Amino acid sequence: MSERYDTIVVGAGHNGLVCASLLGKAGRKVLVLEANDRVGGAAVTREFADGYSVSSCAHLLYQLQSQVTKDLGLKVELARDKLGTVALSADGKHVRINGNDVSGVGDEDVASYRDFRKRMTRFADLLKTYLNKTAPRLAKDASKSDMLTLAQLGFDIRRLGRKEMQEFLRLIGMNIRDEVTERFESDLLRGAVSFDAVLGTHLGPRSPNTIMTYLYRLAGSHARLSQPAGGMGSVTEALAHSARENGVTIRTGMKVKRIVVQNGRAAGVETESGETFSSRLVVSNADPKSTIMNLVGARNVETGFTRRVHHIRMRGDAAKLHLALDGLPSIAGVEKREFADRFVIAPDEVYVERAFNHAKYGETSAKPVFEITFPSFRDDSLAPTGKHVMSAIVQYVPYELREGWSDGARDAFTKLAIDTLSEYMPDLPQRITASELLTPADIEQQFHISGGHWHHGELVLDQFLFTRPVGGAHQYAMPLDGLYLCGAGTHPGGGVSGAAGRNAARAILKSEKVV
Amino acid sequence: MTIAEVEQGRLRSPFFPRQAELDRLFRWHEWKGYASADGFYDTTLEYFSVRNSTGVFDLTPMTKYRITGPDALDYLNRLVTRDMSKIKPGRVAYAVWCDDEGQVIDDGTIFHLRQGEYRLCSQERHMAWLTAAAIGMEVSIVDETEDVCGLAVQGPTSFSVLQAMGLDGIENLRPFGLTTFDFQGTELMVSRTGFTGDLGYELWLTPDKAIELWDALFDAGKLYGIMAMGTEALEHARVEAGFIAAYIDFLPADVTVRTGRSRSPLELGLEWLVDFKKPNFNGRRALAEEKRNGSAWRLVKLDIEGNKEAHNSYIYAGKKGGKNIGFVTSAMWSPVCKQNIALGTVQAPHGKVGDKLYVEIYYQREMHWSRVMAEATVVDKPFWDPPRKRATPPGPY
Amino acid sequence: MKTYDAIVVGAGHNGLTNAAYLAKSGLNTLCVEKNEYIGGATVSRNLYKDWKYSNCSYVCSLLRPEIYRDLDLARHGLQVTPYGGGSVFMENGDYLGSYPDHEVHYREYARFSKADADAYERYSADTMRQCRFIREFLMRTPPDPASFKPKDLKELAYLGAKFFEMGEQRMYDTIRFWTMSVAEYLDEYFETDVIKAALSGSGIIGTALGIHSPGTAYVLLHHYMGDVDGNMGAWGYARGGTGAVADAICSSFKSLGGELRTDAGVEQILVRNGKVTGVALSTGEEISAKIVVSAMDVKNTFLRCMDKNDLDEDFYHRVKNFKIRGSSGKVNIALGGMPTFPALPKGSPLLDGDMHFIDSMERMERAYDDWKDGTWSKDPYIDMTIPTVSDPTMAPPGKHFMSCFVQYCPAQIEGREWTEDERQQFGQTVLDQVADYSPDFKDLIEHVEIRTPSVIEDEIGITEGNIFHGELTMDQLMFNRPIPGYAQYRGPVGGLYMCGSSNHPGGGIMAAPGCNAAREILSDLKRPAITPANFGDD
Repeated sequence: MSERYDTIVVGAGHNGLVCASLLGKAGRKVLVLEANDRVGGAAVTREFADGYSVSSCAHLLYQLQSQVTKDLGLKVELARDKLGTVALSADGKHVRINGNDVSGVGDEDVASYRDFRKRMTRFADLLKTYLNKTAPRLAKDASKSDMLTLAQLGFDIRRLGRKEMQEFLRLIGMNIRDEVTERFESDLLRGAVSFDAVLGTHLGPRSPNTIMTYLYRLAGSHARLSQPAGGMGSVTEALAHSARENGVTIRTGMKVKRIVVQNGRAAGVETESGETFSSRLVVSNADPKSTIMNLVGARNVETGFTRRVHHIRMRGDAAKLHLALDGLPSIAGVEKREFADRFVIAPDEVYVERAFNHAKYGETSAKPVFEITFPSFRDDSLAPTGKHVMSAIVQYVPYELREGWSDGARDAFTKLAIDTLSEYMPDLPQRITASELLTPADIEQQFHISGGHWHHGELVLDQFLFTRPVGGAHQYAMPLDGLYLCGAGTHPGGGVSGAAGRNAARAILKSEKVV
Repeated sequence: MTIAEVEQGRLRSPFFPRQAELDRLFRWHEWKGYASADGFYDTTLEYFSVRNSTGVFDLTPMTKYRITGPDALDYLNRLVTRDMSKIKPGRVAYAVWCDDEGQVIDDGTIFHLRQGEYRLCSQERHMAWLTAAAIGMEVSIVDETEDVCGLAVQGPTSFSVLQAMGLDGIENLRPFGLTTFDFQGTELMVSRTGFTGDLGYELWLTPDKAIELWDALFDAGKLYGIMAMGTEALEHARVEAGFIAAYIDFLPADVTVRTGRSRSPLELGLEWLVDFKKPNFNGRRALAEEKRNGSAWRLVKLDIEGNKEAHNSYIYAGKKGGKNIGFVTSAMWSPVCKQNIALGTVQAPHGKVGDKLYVEIYYQREMHWSRVMAEATVVDKPFWDPPRKRATPPGPY
Repeated sequence: MKTYDAIVVGAGHNGLTNAAYLAKSGLNTLCVEKNEYIGGATVSRNLYKDWKYSNCSYVCSLLRPEIYRDLDLARHGLQVTPYGGGSVFMENGDYLGSYPDHEVHYREYARFSKADADAYERYSADTMRQCRFIREFLMRTPPDPASFKPKDLKELAYLGAKFFEMGEQRMYDTIRFWTMSVAEYLDEYFETDVIKAALSGSGIIGTALGIHSPGTAYVLLHHYMGDVDGNMGAWGYARGGTGAVADAICSSFKSLGGELRTDAGVEQILVRNGKVTGVALSTGEEISAKIVVSAMDVKNTFLRCMDKNDLDEDFYHRVKNFKIRGSSGKVNIALGGMPTFPALPKGSPLLDGDMHFIDSMERMERAYDDWKDGTWSKDPYIDMTIPTVSDPTMAPPGKHFMSCFVQYCPAQIEGREWTEDERQQFGQTVLDQVADYSPDFKDLIEHVEIRTPSVIEDEIGITEGNIFHGELTMDQLMFNRPIPGYAQYRGPVGGLYMCGSSNHPGGGIMAAPGCNAAREILSDLKRPAITPANFGDD
């Protein structure tokens, strides 16, 4: 073993960096090992065509927790803040959503949307408190702080008031489709809200649980969308900077092959290149499945736990489509300044549901849904002058395509996606100079996330709070002494929020005193 | 074409034709789908064959799994609580396996047949658990229950019987050893194992030679008092030996519905099978914690005053009764020990060796029910443990 | 004007149970029923010659044994006989049997996978654990988590204690079980598609969700938590058809001094000064009572039978948004003889069990996709039974009655009413699917009754013909059922109670809502508690 560290963090994704930085700040000697040549994990900016760069996976920032930025004194420079949402209609009569306001719909919908948002943000605020805490254990011998958290949760729910509390307990397991159809007349509004609820999940608007995913999206900044200058990579660069400031060593291009286990303890790591590093603690930013099954190995943990990890559902459905454009496409009814905003293609909730249907059978959507941004519009570092990039999340693109992923399958879907986009942007095909489609299978391969799932595990009530990643191992410490998880696969889940990394760091500092 | 339906009745072991010829009681029950005899002629005589001559019990319904592959040893070491690396080829290990909570799923024997090739043998079926335990391991698990049949040959003359059968070298077989013989062109595996607490062997081979084996055995055993025996006789023998049985003295944890009804190996008196020196095995973390904090239950072997069998009795700390501290799980009058014995489970800290407990016994004589509170002493040794069990070579008859 | 102590609206099994307990307590009780026959969906009728049609509910398991015993239903003529087994026919000519005998069941599953056959034990135990947990609460009133009343706090604490009793890991498992989909739940045990398909049906029966929808694992319990004589999970036929259940409860009710009026549909529940005063029948007749108990579903109760002005607006809105979705239909058939099913071995006990014709998870889910698109499943999930194989009273000798429960079948076709032509096509879809596995089936048909949700609604009154009187999703269970704050059987106006399946613990022929409502009414009246407590199962 070459050098000894207190803690080794496997993976320099944003959660790994948050965790490492906080540990470093507390005086721990921390080494971060990243497989790729740069930090960031799935939160990176990358050139995908000559002169064209884009945030490879996550492309909008809205969940970064204030607790994280505060604890680390982090400042993120934004190319654009408070992006509006344009729910596209093929006929140019779009619906525009900005915070609690919506336009292009009837007065009743305007009021109803405001009510809806008010309630949802209130519930999301409640949720936010608990996203930034370790989920308690449910056990007769749980710790005092666990009991306190539980009691506080009960108290906070009650404090909503009788009626709101009843609503909270009713809505939390419900589907978004019932809520939007009860509330809104406008198809586009229904579609856009449904879309936000199912983004990044293997769920359709009719699936129970989609209110919860919607709340999760709001639990941060109430889904105030912003675009970091220089792409998402600059957020993680900033985190890396903070980590280094706190004395953390970060080494890139070091793919960890396995976590070394000695005498029933995680004792360090071995890299693909054969280097070993020993440490007292190992914290994995990788997803729970690859951490346990690949890095640790089932033989070093127990069978019941292995089985639970094995059953974590994490098959991604979200693909990223990147287009290099020689100019902005034209969209009927959209002014040029609006290209700074976010576009959504989800004409109504039924459309979204039908798009999802295919994913259940290992097919790609015949009519996919999109979240589209033109990041170069407000950030000229991303494309040559006068040129633009489009960054779009496309759903549903199953991780396990029935006939298997191939270049042909990828090309066919790229064409279908562009055809769909062309219905709204007729001149788009002529503007494309290069394109890239990252399917969940590609994301798995390039960012080492099992299933290419951006939450490192489906974000559903049965994989949430007490049962994320698995029940009984939901407090960041794994049932292998010295091993912790700090990635999106742990509570509270994914998105560029930093909550998991921060919670993990706090859990480690609390239970692993330096001897 | 219609696909044939699965057997609707009880399965018959390959030894069934011979057993049926001997059967005079017509009392059969089901064991993992097989017809298994309660007894054949007289269950008391059958019991005494184990202690006095040789009893032959059909083991075919035992669940058998062949475990092979490069990770077989690591796999087993993680599966069971004891250290399997100490079990060399040709040796057999009695073992328990637990879930992550340290609760016993089952006990059984693991035969190290050849280097890296094992057979796990248990009363219950465990394919689902064994498959789960194989996630992430390079190991193959094959259910060979139907491909291997077996006979337990148990009792003081069993060695002589096998010798008479021509199994040369059987005298060198030590307890928990296994060896193979050629039997009419088929491999016959013999292990010095059993469930009776006496000198005894278990014979394993493929079903095609089952009848031949039975005949050869009974021919050889004619002069040694060989008898077929049923479950009732075996049940008596195993209680005297202090062995526990699934669904009687403990419940398989993975299919136990009510929380708190399963038991850990420490609670079943099997701590000697738990090797904490192994860095990882299923249940290790929970068991280590239990060891630190103390167990909730304790399995006790009870020597009970008087002669009234203590079936299903409550156990009390004092003669006056009060709140019960546990209950009897197996009870019998031991004809060979002339002792009223029982196995039971009591709440810790009760049940230390030497403790005097009380069992509440209800018994009936000619429609009249009586109740006694009988003193029961906790003992640590098996009730029946003859030296011949361990002697190698065993003494001739 | 006639006056009673209490009027129960609707003579379904819950209404009758409730009425029986009120009568037993000494209240002068009237039960009114809009149809000329009683039973609601717990009914058997002569619709063709000498055939008795259990044309809604068709099997029995959930009826609380405490009530069965307490109301002396056996002596009032009820006899429930367990039936064994079932089968799934496969497209490749094979079949998967489900046998009541444990070992035969194992062998059959082992034909497909030994691990699956063995996993079934753990699956059963894990599911049974959930059944035991929920059974504890079937005969209890859900606590109101928003209340500070000692009774609610005590009940909440009881719920918490029962939950904690399960132990740490099992609590997490329970949380998962209540929120995951039946497909995901089954994936954690089994590898064989047809086995999963066979078991998944119980996760969606009567539910407007697909097997992949979160929350459907819980629905399994509504098919597993029952028992026939303590044999948990077993199902049986009521001798004489499902209607025999209602007949027995009605007989018990009458023997306790209750009065029944059929052909007496309630037009309106009358309210004065925030209190009920009685009911007005569709004939214009008014009957007065200080207590009115509705066994109808909540939508019928409040949206149809009450004046909007008598209800709080928020309450009214919530009732409107209560989800009762038509997801299943029925096709009932009189047969001139026993159809053959060549895939099954001659003399197989499976011929006496229920039969199914979907052999993969994908087909199960695709059936739901059709429903989402506003039409009936073109390849539907059918739960087919022929109760006459064991019940000689339902058809002439040698003849048979076949009940096909069909899912999915929407209340409306693409948002509009069904046409007669479509109804016939729906029936044909079902007949065709059965005929695929039984060549002589169609020749034996003497009479067919095709029931879409709207047909059931028109006849029985249940909104969208939903067998549970409301979706069994998390937002409509326990203290959320039917509406948060109204989960204790009390309506929003004084003297008004609810005792139908829209209330906790939900539908199926359980009779628990009827009994629980009676307990609350008697407690409000400060009368001695007479409703039975849970038998317990420690």
